[in-house]
Amino acid sequence: MTLSVDDVKRVANLARIEISEEESQQVLIQLSGIFSLIEQMQAVDTSHIEPMSHAQDMIQRLREDVVTESDQHILFQSIAPQVEASLYLVPKVIE
Amino acid sequence: MLNASLKQLAAQLLEKKISSVELTEVFLKHIKTLNPELNAFITINEEMSFAQAQVADKMIASGQTHPLTGIPVAQKDIFCAKGWLTTCGSKMLSNFISPYDATVIERFNQVGAVNIGKTNMDEFAMGSSNETSYYGPVKNPWDPLAVPGGSSGGSACAVAARMAPAATATDTGGSIRQPAALCGISGIKPTYGLVSRYGMIAFASSLDQGGPMAKSAEDLALLLNVMIGFDARDSTSLQREPEDYARDLDKPLEQLRIGLPKEYFAQGVSQDVANAVEAAIAEFRKLGATTVEISLPNTQLSIPVYYVLAPAEASSNLSRFDGVRYGYRASDYTDLEDMYKKTRAQGFGAEVKRRILIGTYVLSHGYYDAYYLQAQKLRRLIASDFTEAFKQCDVIMGPTSPAVAFNLGEKSGDPLQMYLSDIYTSAANLAGLPAMSIPVGLGDKNRPVGLHIVGNYFREAQMLNIAHQYQQVTDWHLRAPARLPEA
Repeated sequence: MTLSVDDVKRVANLARIEISEEESQQVLIQLSGIFSLIEQMQAVDTSHIEPMSHAQDMIQRLREDVVTESDQHILFQSIAPQVEASLYLVPKVIE
Repeated sequence: MLNASLKQLAAQLLEKKISSVELTEVFLKHIKTLNPELNAFITINEEMSFAQAQVADKMIASGQTHPLTGIPVAQKDIFCAKGWLTTCGSKMLSNFISPYDATVIERFNQVGAVNIGKTNMDEFAMGSSNETSYYGPVKNPWDPLAVPGGSSGGSACAVAARMAPAATATDTGGSIRQPAALCGISGIKPTYGLVSRYGMIAFASSLDQGGPMAKSAEDLALLLNVMIGFDARDSTSLQREPEDYARDLDKPLEQLRIGLPKEYFAQGVSQDVANAVEAAIAEFRKLGATTVEISLPNTQLSIPVYYVLAPAEASSNLSRFDGVRYGYRASDYTDLEDMYKKTRAQGFGAEVKRRILIGTYVLSHGYYDAYYLQAQKLRRLIASDFTEAFKQCDVIMGPTSPAVAFNLGEKSGDPLQMYLSDIYTSAANLAGLPAMSIPVGLGDKNRPVGLHIVGNYFREAQMLNIAHQYQQVTDWHLRAPARLPEA
């Protein structure tokens, strides 16, 4: 598999990370090296193996549907970049 | 005092030979002397440390004591601590004063331990040399030209330089064990699910596990007794009967079967490390253990598998850093999407961005089966290797790291070389097994060598017993870097 600069830019867009032309070129070189290592995985036949998604075989624990958290929005919003009237402010998205 | 074990410190506190406030002062003074050069701590907050020490002294006076009451513990800056700056080594969280305590912090607070400061680390725990920290690299106290390892480099340096008697750390692919090895101290990553991840800033959730660092196995046992316990706020926390991890420390090692994976002693280990590890294994034979050659045939795959799974999980976990609810926000932007992109481009360092990009790619449309699913299947093969191996032996031993600490700057330009330093450690995370590193000698340039001990699930007490018995007949764990000033 060969990565291109366009792949890097596409992925950076998906990850919401601004990337310059120059950075894309550098990142391409590094990612190509890392993917050449990752490609070693393809040599193994795994058609009969169950994927292992987690270190422990466990069932999702459920809890009673009751309120356990108190309202702490003033505390939590005190560290937000921009807040007004208990709302997080972001640039306008709807005209 | 600086070289005392946790048990010795607790005895002094209990006998009122020293107060917790005085002890805290001793360590803070030592930190102030050494930290400008070593850079092991990101945040020191004397006022908050002393307030905790005062509480501890009251606890001691009223007889409510626990083995760690009044003892200073350095906390890795990945653990949220209420009122403390908690940066995770990143510009992204450079202004983040945590509004709550991680469960690990809460558990230390409950027994009256003193938070002596927040330790430096690779940014978001992504690194093996502590060079990716936004707050600058940590120096290895044995040799300031060398890296301390990573990602828990600050914690390892703090314990090795005697700036703290113990520290917390986290391990996703070796981040407790590799820096412990490179700094000549002891560290253990427990079985996945034993230490709560609540309030421990997430890197790769199916691999991340908190654990302690200290001088000796005996100290680690006391720390595990505090850190381990069920927590309803972590959905992967295991519900088990509490254990005393110090209960088996004094057991003899006869009957112990040590597995030596032939793959770990094949190519790639430097001679000085191999010699120290073999000498340690000879010591275990003298203690009555037998050794058996085993095979972990998929060892080589653990690095590629790890570097698919960990970035995939990281790309998802780190999507929360968007400049809206907390942390850094870029100052100039045109619209919402531009704000996200600039915030993340400026707030994350190069290695973190690299891993987010890898993770985003392997999870993206058309590549999921070839990378993510294939890596999950290979993860099962790697875990099965250990299940097979543990039919023949009780624990597995080998080098923690293929070589002693490398020089600062030596690998920072080449991510691939850096990733290969996790070759012996990441498999234990993939399998979820407990694993530890203890100091067993000095290699090239008098830099420390660590012995890696992997146990079966939930065998922490046995592993600590094994390490403790070794530390009863050797003194590597008592050696401090010679160049440090006495306090």
